[in-house]
Amino acid sequence: MMLQKPPVAKPADYKSALKPVWCPGCGDFGVVAALTRAFHHMKLAKEDIAIISGIGCSGRLPAYLDVYGLHGLHGRALPVAQGLKIARPELTVIAAGGDGDMYSIGTNHFIHACRRNVDITVIIMDNRIYGMTKGQPSPTTEPDVPTAMQPDGTGLPPLNGMLLALAASASFVARGFTGDPNGLAGMIEEAIRHPGFAVLEVLSPCATFRPEQSEWKRQVERDVLTPAATLAEAMQQVMQAPELSTGIVWRQQRPAEPAMEQAPARDGLIAEIHAGFRA
Amino acid sequence: MTQARTSLSMALVGSGGAGIITAGDLLLRAAARVGLYGLLTRSVGPQIRGGESAALLRIAHHPVEAHDDAFHFLLVIDWRNFDRFAAEIRLAEDALVLMDEEAGDIPEHLREANVQFIELPLTRLAREAGGRANMVAVGLLGRFLGLTEEELAGIIEWNFSLKNKPAAIEPSIAAMKAGYEKAAPLLERTTAFAAIEQVARAAAAAGERWLISGNEAIALGFVEAGGRFAAGYPITPASDVLEWLSPRLKRLGGRMVQVEDEIAALNMALGASFGGVPSMTATSGPGLSLMIEALGLGVMAEIPVVVVNVQRIGPSTGIPTKSEQGDLELALAGGHGDAPHLVLAADWVGDCVHTTAWALHLCERLQCPAIVLSDQKLGHMRAIMDTPPMPRWRAVRDTITECDGEYRRHALTNSGVSPQALPGTPGCMYTADGLEHDERSRPSTRTEDHLAMLAKRARKLEQMEEWPDEEMRHWADSCGEGGLAVITWGSSAGPVREAVRLAAEKGIEARCIVLLLLSPPQRKRLKALLEGVKKLLVVEHDHGGQFMRYLRAHYELPPVVVSCRRPGPRPITARQVLRSLEFTIEAGQPYMERTCA
Repeated sequence: MMLQKPPVAKPADYKSALKPVWCPGCGDFGVVAALTRAFHHMKLAKEDIAIISGIGCSGRLPAYLDVYGLHGLHGRALPVAQGLKIARPELTVIAAGGDGDMYSIGTNHFIHACRRNVDITVIIMDNRIYGMTKGQPSPTTEPDVPTAMQPDGTGLPPLNGMLLALAASASFVARGFTGDPNGLAGMIEEAIRHPGFAVLEVLSPCATFRPEQSEWKRQVERDVLTPAATLAEAMQQVMQAPELSTGIVWRQQRPAEPAMEQAPARDGLIAEIHAGFRA
Repeated sequence: MTQARTSLSMALVGSGGAGIITAGDLLLRAAARVGLYGLLTRSVGPQIRGGESAALLRIAHHPVEAHDDAFHFLLVIDWRNFDRFAAEIRLAEDALVLMDEEAGDIPEHLREANVQFIELPLTRLAREAGGRANMVAVGLLGRFLGLTEEELAGIIEWNFSLKNKPAAIEPSIAAMKAGYEKAAPLLERTTAFAAIEQVARAAAAAGERWLISGNEAIALGFVEAGGRFAAGYPITPASDVLEWLSPRLKRLGGRMVQVEDEIAALNMALGASFGGVPSMTATSGPGLSLMIEALGLGVMAEIPVVVVNVQRIGPSTGIPTKSEQGDLELALAGGHGDAPHLVLAADWVGDCVHTTAWALHLCERLQCPAIVLSDQKLGHMRAIMDTPPMPRWRAVRDTITECDGEYRRHALTNSGVSPQALPGTPGCMYTADGLEHDERSRPSTRTEDHLAMLAKRARKLEQMEEWPDEEMRHWADSCGEGGLAVITWGSSAGPVREAVRLAAEKGIEARCIVLLLLSPPQRKRLKALLEGVKKLLVVEHDHGGQFMRYLRAHYELPPVVVSCRRPGPRPITARQVLRSLEFTIEAGQPYMERTCA
């Protein structure tokens, strides 16, 4: 028997008692703050939310919230999240990961999740570095950043995740910033409300391995990106806007991968299946 | 004249796209409808069209699980590429080779064989009738099986109506009839096939015969036990499991999702199962290799899921269309870390329903992944059987709907199984984790937590050894008695069981043991089955002896053990096993190895 649902929680009620492993000044604290504000504003019941993550600093996020969560494998948050949403469409499902999760080891899943359009939200906490493994370059690291693994920098062009999302037919694409928790909370709410796969890239500075990112607070230009009328225009905006800019650039209504429906009576169908095997 | 045959084996070969497999299918179904038993396997090349293909058919008056040692008929529409599977088609002494006059040159190695070559105008007759040579073959071979023209016409009509090609019915029947006529003068050149009894005809008429493939049976077992979600990536020879599930799961309120790769497949199935829906994926060797990481997540986070592996020849891409039992060790111990999980193996087409249903039941009950091993031979084999009883096992997970205080997702219970709160349950929120954790599923690097959780995860499976026999009756199949035994697993069981019957006819008493549950090992149970056995023959369809190594690692074995292996596309036959049994009787050393030949 299900219990009576408890009254709507305050933002702080969505946090768990677990102390984060994150460094002081980590942008990921801002994602937790924005999520709790969005949940509160949307009056979501804690038990109806599930956050699925991969591996890295961002992967630790679900445990810091008092909701259902699954901290799985590096890069694999999206398939888990889609499976859960298809099986349990009444849940609010959010996948959370870093630039390594979504733009490196799990990019294939990212591309096809955009195409499949299951009604979930993915939050990509982009700090342009692998933090958990102590400072190796990621696909979004600038080419000239020296690291222990690549002392001369990667020399490679950074991956444009939002452009990739648009090219892969994502139906909602936006970028936020952890230095603006209220703005980010609003974007998260819009992403959750969007009926389909919502991509939300979040600039989330790494205080330890990219201390210069503390400047982002002054550099990020807010709401530069605005909802485009056409896909071409959305792509153009993403390519032309300053790389440190925020806003929702693309919103499109298109059919989502259907979720499971209530099962009809089993026996008749099973009998029909059996009949199909008769010689 | 020799006694009439009660088992007849026929091979049909031709270029891919010539309709060889269709001809085999029609003959099999026609046989099923008159009350015969039988099976059909196909041997095809990798080409989509224009390669080589063979339909290997055995029809009998009694249930059969495997091919016979040799074929009595070889029907050849085209000799091209025959050498690619010539080794899989051993001809019986005095076999009839029925070849089209346009088939080309007889391969050299066959010219010397003690068989009768009969040239027939198959293609020409087909052309005259406006049909295809494969339908002439249906008429020709159907007559050797004792089927009537009406019965064959009925099956052709059924086939083309189903395919929505009504225009093909008439010319196909005409072609069949031309073949039927050509068979008349040939009947006396071969041993007759025994006439079909009225009892069998009546049973068939009452719809008591099923025609089903191993892959369909696996999918059926999953659905029967309550499975409702599947995710998968196309791979030979497992794709048809997913194709069968796709429309049916949807109608049952479930879903089959085709995903971007096998990694996504298992992770997605885990996501659905985390939400409480019994889930599976199906793949073959290379796909299982990719899934191993996610299998570990299922173990660690205690999420049930069924992973079906329809084995093919490996390593790497190997031979995708052919069968071997080479993935046993990957299935048992492929992952990193101590990762206890279930491994089961279906041992014939009909059993695929039961083993898969039991696997789903067990994994849901024990909250851990279950690998179900099948192989290309079983998966693509179509077999006639009596209407099989349906399994009673259901997916039932221990869940809670109420939490007082702090929910301990991984509570250290006696059985090791801890009730799961499904998302949506108020007050029990937790984060399932691939990181080692404490009882409340909070990440932990503490030695005490790791040791306790290792023991808990192992205990869930270890306790099965103490379960009542009634609940474990499907762990193995056994037959016979005596001091000589033969043990095997998976699709090798068919020839092994037939060999024990053949041995009995020769006055050799032997036991057969087929393991259906491979992990966790059941030491006491196997000990009981081996009680009094002095000599043991181990049969497996691989090169390296993986099953032999597995038996040695986990079980106490009799004083004399003979390990008999045979890799490659050509299946192990009952007579090869029989010869190995005879070898084992004479074996004096504690351990010997031999090729099953």
